[in-house]
Amino acid sequence: MSETISALNNAGYSGLVRIDETGLQGMITLRGDLSLTTVKKVATTASGATFPGQRQITVSDTGALAWMSPDELLILCPYEEVSDRLAKMTKTLGNTNALAVDVSDARAIFAISGEDARDVMAKLCPVDLHPEVFKPGEIRRTRLAQIAAAIWMEDDDNFRLICFRSVAQYAYDVLKVAAAAGSAAGFHAAQDPV
Amino acid sequence: MLTLQCPYCGVQADETELSAGGEAHIERHGPGSSDEAFEEYLFARENPFGVHFERWRHSYGCGKWFHAARNTVTLEVYGTYPAQTTEPPADIRKRISGVAPGWTWRFLG
Ligand SMILES: [Zn+2]
Repeated sequence: MSETISALNNAGYSGLVRIDETGLQGMITLRGDLSLTTVKKVATTASGATFPGQRQITVSDTGALAWMSPDELLILCPYEEVSDRLAKMTKTLGNTNALAVDVSDARAIFAISGEDARDVMAKLCPVDLHPEVFKPGEIRRTRLAQIAAAIWMEDDDNFRLICFRSVAQYAYDVLKVAAAAGSAAGFHAAQDPV
Repeated sequence: MLTLQCPYCGVQADETELSAGGEAHIERHGPGSSDEAFEEYLFARENPFGVHFERWRHSYGCGKWFHAARNTVTLEVYGTYPAQTTEPPADIRKRISGVAPGWTWRFLG
């Protein structure tokens, strides 16, 4: 067997914030009518997380469940467990008009960590990232400079970002530019309540 | 800068997160239609100085198509609504009448 590696093989950079391509991440896309009990059950069982509301991401010990659109969910789980969890999902779904697909190798995932993380992300995404508006628990599909991405916060200083594997290098490079030493914007820090 | 609320994911989407899809509520005329109807469907478009209805897609977000009612002169947005309709909902038409009395658009007004 060949050795499976992620898009940038855990590349990392330290600037205004720390940027890491965090390696192999299991990802399963589930499309279907999200009001169906079977679809809900499959999603929560496979992720171990509670069913998310609109634009929410819920976390479990071994994964997460993200609302991607009115008919799409994303299940995060350990890379090694994807085929197992996917097989169970497909079996439970049976004849339900829904589709579960392993997209782990089609994507790349990054961590953006540090006090200036909101500033760095705000340079690249047309999203209001004010601490009172964008909080942990919300996932936002948006534009990262010239590519599509999904971003969410694990806590107040830590973003996670998913993009297509084919543009992982672009995402990494543009994040490094936004986090270059000497480019601090100091915008969100200045918004903090005194 | 134009900001439209996506009716599917509720995001206040910046124009750069969206793709423009041209005029809304165009009735499709295909095989079996008259030449005039087909020509109208294929080529005839409004180019209003004022109230307009358009199709947009939240292309960098949830990926869904939706409709927007807005003013091409003032850039005021009257509202957005889902794609599954052949004409603007009554509440949006009422809102437009409130701020732009006497407005017309194709078969509406
Ligand atoms: Zn949307």
